[in-house]
Amino acid sequence: MRYRLIFTGQLLFTLMVAAFLVVPAMLSISAGVTVNYFRGISSGVTLQWVFQVWDLYAGTILLSFVIAAATLAVTLVVGVPSAYALHVRGGRLSRVVEEIITLPLAIPGLAIALGLLFTYQGFGGFRRSWLFILSGHVIFTMPFMVRSVMAVFGSVDIKTLDEGAASLGASPWRRFRDVIVPNAAPGILAGSLMVVTLSLGEFNLTWMLHTPLTKTLPIGLADSYASMRLEVASAYTLVFFVMIIPLLIAMQMFADREQRR
Amino acid sequence: MSHKSFVWLCLLPLAVVTTAFFLLPMARLVVTGAEGPQGLAGYLAILTEPRYRASLINTVLLAAATTAATLAIATVAGMFLQRHRFPGRAVLIAMLTFPLAFPGVVVGFLVILLAGRQGLIGDISSRLFEEKLVFAYSIYGLFLGYLYFSIPRVILTIMAAVQKLDVGLEEAARSLGAGPWAVQRDVVLPALGPAFVASGAIAFATAMGAFGTAFTLATNIDVLPMLIYTEFTLAANFATSAALSVGLGLITWAMLALARSFSGSSVAAAG
Repeated sequence: MRYRLIFTGQLLFTLMVAAFLVVPAMLSISAGVTVNYFRGISSGVTLQWVFQVWDLYAGTILLSFVIAAATLAVTLVVGVPSAYALHVRGGRLSRVVEEIITLPLAIPGLAIALGLLFTYQGFGGFRRSWLFILSGHVIFTMPFMVRSVMAVFGSVDIKTLDEGAASLGASPWRRFRDVIVPNAAPGILAGSLMVVTLSLGEFNLTWMLHTPLTKTLPIGLADSYASMRLEVASAYTLVFFVMIIPLLIAMQMFADREQRR
Repeated sequence: MSHKSFVWLCLLPLAVVTTAFFLLPMARLVVTGAEGPQGLAGYLAILTEPRYRASLINTVLLAAATTAATLAIATVAGMFLQRHRFPGRAVLIAMLTFPLAFPGVVVGFLVILLAGRQGLIGDISSRLFEEKLVFAYSIYGLFLGYLYFSIPRVILTIMAAVQKLDVGLEEAARSLGAGPWAVQRDVVLPALGPAFVASGAIAFATAMGAFGTAFTLATNIDVLPMLIYTEFTLAANFATSAALSVGLGLITWAMLALARSFSGSSVAAAG
């Protein structure tokens, strides 16, 4: 009896916490397809707000995809080889490098953005282009790629594979391409999902680095929250959810599969 | 090409990117912080100037309150979910962890839907008590927002820690005559200590440095990130904004370093 009481109490509490997290998201989704939020869902269901968002903000959505893809490309080209080098080399220098590239996670985006602004304010062309936002996203997401790939190197004996291929006469580049990268595939995939998800949702850095001509989706969101009617802001948030939730689910499924191994 | 030089070549792009877009800007930030009229003393302004100090205290109190509330909530829910098996458990876990990657701006908007002028809480309270409760645009709204994005992170850490607990210790305590509360207080909670420190430090650092939520709710909430932002954009007070953000960065970095020394892993202070 006493046990049942405790169980029920805890279950109710947990359900309330879940409601706190889920209900606002539901409100937002429903508001995005409601004719008039003030009068409630009985006023009718419509996609007009979603279309209006597309008319107003299509550019921000496209730019977000461009920047996410470019961030992914840079973190792959830069991050995967360096994860390999850091793992093979080991020792103190590698630990220091890993420590430094992880620092952007511990420092607020606002501080990093200010540093970038102070450093590159004289380079007008770069400052005004979307590449400036890209530089911030790369710094912020790089540690996720490097660490995710390094985690895989820690679990497969990459050194033996590498030495085996070397003893057969393969050049360093061929070994990297044909032995290292295929073995690192799970880490590369997990890291890529993380990089794209974070880049699509990044606001703190981007807000400081953007110009009126380089607005990403989260910047547009902040803009719509401040100046648009609630239905439009909700429809825009709905578009963001539709983009980000499949990535989150993929990440979760991937983590579960890795755990079962 | 020898193996050794290939390894160095692999590191080269990372060295260039990190130096150009992180180390150099950070150095520039530290230098800019000392370029104000007060010079190096500008760094002390965060403690000596009453307005900045008030903002710092506000931010620390808010972060501490967020951390305490999140730990309490996540421990009860996390322990329950890890210790019991029932239908719908997986769905419940998914619901509790899905906001993990929401940006701060979106969380701010969700708080407005909950506690804003057209919000659910105001709607319910005006029907029940004839009084509309609206608190989204204040520090209480910010607290609600930080709770929203801290709970999923902390719950995952707590669940992992509960899974590793030795159930035998609790059984031993019970067989020695300890009641359920005594078992929780003297066996379970101390064993979860490292997880509390680790996830609590992450929640604290995140709440200190987050900017998006405060930005969405109101620009006049007096927390450090908003102060830095207004000093930079409205007052064009570059040296002060740089000095304040170096101070803020040092605090969040120290908190996460503390967390890592307990758990051996680090998590993003995003939001």
